[in-house]
Amino acid sequence: MDPQALLTCLSTASCVITQTTGGLISGMLLFLVAAGLSLIFGTLKVVNFMHGSLYMLGAYFAYTLYTATGNFTIAVVGAALGVGLFGLVFERLFMSRVYNTDVLMQLLVCYGFILILDDAVKIIWGAEFLSMGMPAAFQRPPIMIAGGILPVYYLFLIGVTLGVALLLGLLLTRTRAGKIVRAAAVNPTMTSALGINTALVFGGVFALGGLLAGLSGALAAPVRSMVAGMGFSILIESFIVTVIGGMGSIGGALVGALLIGLVRSFGTIGFPLFTEGVMFLFMTLVLITKPSGLFGKEH
Amino acid sequence: MTDTQRTRRNRRGFIKAAGALTASGLAFPYVARAQDKPIRIGVPTILSGRVAQLGISSRNALQIEVDKFNAAGGLNGRKLEIIARDSKGKPDEAANNTRQLINGDGCEIIISAESSAGAFAVQEVIRELKVLCIHTNSETSSLSADPKIRVPTAFRTARQGIHDAIVSAAYAGNVAKAKGLKTWMTCSPDYAYGRDNTSLFLEYMKRFHPEIEMVGEAWPKLFQADYTENITKILQAKPQALYSCLWAGDLVSFLDQSGIYNLFAQTTLFAINMADYTTLTAVKNLPAGIHSSSRYLKTFPAVPENAAWGDAYKAKFGDYPTNWSWENSLAMTFLTTALRKVNSTDGAKLADAIRGMKVKSPFGADGTVTMRAEDQTTIGYAIGWGTTISKEPYVPSVTPGDWKSILEHEAEWKKKMGFA
Repeated sequence: MDPQALLTCLSTASCVITQTTGGLISGMLLFLVAAGLSLIFGTLKVVNFMHGSLYMLGAYFAYTLYTATGNFTIAVVGAALGVGLFGLVFERLFMSRVYNTDVLMQLLVCYGFILILDDAVKIIWGAEFLSMGMPAAFQRPPIMIAGGILPVYYLFLIGVTLGVALLLGLLLTRTRAGKIVRAAAVNPTMTSALGINTALVFGGVFALGGLLAGLSGALAAPVRSMVAGMGFSILIESFIVTVIGGMGSIGGALVGALLIGLVRSFGTIGFPLFTEGVMFLFMTLVLITKPSGLFGKEH
Repeated sequence: MTDTQRTRRNRRGFIKAAGALTASGLAFPYVARAQDKPIRIGVPTILSGRVAQLGISSRNALQIEVDKFNAAGGLNGRKLEIIARDSKGKPDEAANNTRQLINGDGCEIIISAESSAGAFAVQEVIRELKVLCIHTNSETSSLSADPKIRVPTAFRTARQGIHDAIVSAAYAGNVAKAKGLKTWMTCSPDYAYGRDNTSLFLEYMKRFHPEIEMVGEAWPKLFQADYTENITKILQAKPQALYSCLWAGDLVSFLDQSGIYNLFAQTTLFAINMADYTTLTAVKNLPAGIHSSSRYLKTFPAVPENAAWGDAYKAKFGDYPTNWSWENSLAMTFLTTALRKVNSTDGAKLADAIRGMKVKSPFGADGTVTMRAEDQTTIGYAIGWGTTISKEPYVPSVTPGDWKSILEHEAEWKKKMGFA
């Protein structure tokens, strides 16, 4: 524990800016994964344990597209859409068959696909770790704000993620499609009785969740090395985020992810050996005081 | 002779001949099978997960040497055969696999291509089953240095942590003096290897260059994806130099993420695990001027045999070998030399042959590597530091470590630890 270092940091603008933006960056990528996980749970009432693998696929798809085209935009958009499509196929062919079964069966299906996808990655891309490298457009000195440092790529990343969060919020609250998703989440039988194809809704939601995870993986590809199994750690953190924010709440996922990002960023200065512990402690406190999460609805 | 007698004799002859044929058919193939039966070498290692490259590049190097030995006729016609089992990096599975390889698969020799976590578990199985074992990847010094852990039939061809620490600190101390690098920080993975390696480095660094001042430390988790909070912490501390024993994909991520913060414009990096081809080629924008220890470079030692070995490996497997590859190749040099010498796979006999053995090797600092008898670990292997450039040969000039100094400081360290 080094509270003095933390106080010193909090009293200097450069440290506050650097650490805050650092926390935002970690939080934003986490948000994209957690939002998809939360959306799928909120609507389909299944916990997608292979969501981390979709993040991994996004990173590898982006790597392949970027290597083939040299265009980062194509790589990110193509990877996100590709993983979304994979999510749709996976939901229709496999997950849809276990909706009404025991949660252990759902876990088994997901775990099976985690292993299959990890092995598929090893067969296709190899067991060795890969690095995509920073696209030329972002290879420039970081921006200095009041002595604080903000890399250009991270500024882009925060912008894209905030834009996605806004679009997602608008989609769910202001559009007919969003209303249908919310209705299917509350009462799928009644929604179906009103002539709405709920199977299509469920497939669409799973695809959207996959798209968000794929987007996160693609955006992370220039700065995080890729290896089979890389989705596991982000899956654990996404679960913490969704528990803190509330299962099914996109806003909760955003707040939870940013909280985790900031705790890690400032925690590494003030309590470097207990940063992970603080995350879990915070999750435990939320579970005790508000089991449905900060923004989750009571059942 | 009546027809009846002739018929009886013919029948007896037929039965005798058939019996003899059957007997020879049973006996000769038995002899032939015994001669043809391959000598199985069990290889507990890591073949899946984030560090699968550890096992894959180890197995590849072993296979090259096995093929060479077999092509030369094997051991009186008996070929070597590798059976590798995946421990996934878990000590309990490493121990179970070793036991299964010996008792179930009939392996007569074990090459333990495990990380330190698995190697200590394998060591205890070897203590009980007494077959020959060579640890090829575990760098933790106590595995061979501590008499309580040491096992008579177990050896190590991996580099040793204490050797690395002495050479690293001597090199870094010289650079620090020359460039006036007084403020230092560390950023290493938060697990046994990271802690041990970093504390040993700092211990010798303070001894060789007491003027340095430590201004902070960062301990990211092993296999952490995002190093942003560690990088920003380093930026705040503004050290002139940074020591790190991050490795493989973790080091690549750290470098990629540090690059966009321009970290190395203000801080000189000493990354002990940088100069390994897997890492050097994975970093897309490799910064020039990173100081690193030689893990495996085909240009160090700068001898034709080393370059030829690196090129042959690449030709066969598509990639350059790793640090783990040469350590496994060296193990096979000791093993095949001992097999030919004692003409047996008996653990005790092979151990007697290997103990104190000196072999010619492309990985030796002077063309040879010795298996020191007193603690059954290798000395005299090539070890040094240099600075990176962004393309081949990646580390154009390597300053070799001084083995006389290494051995003196190691002896002191052993006394201090109560190992000698």
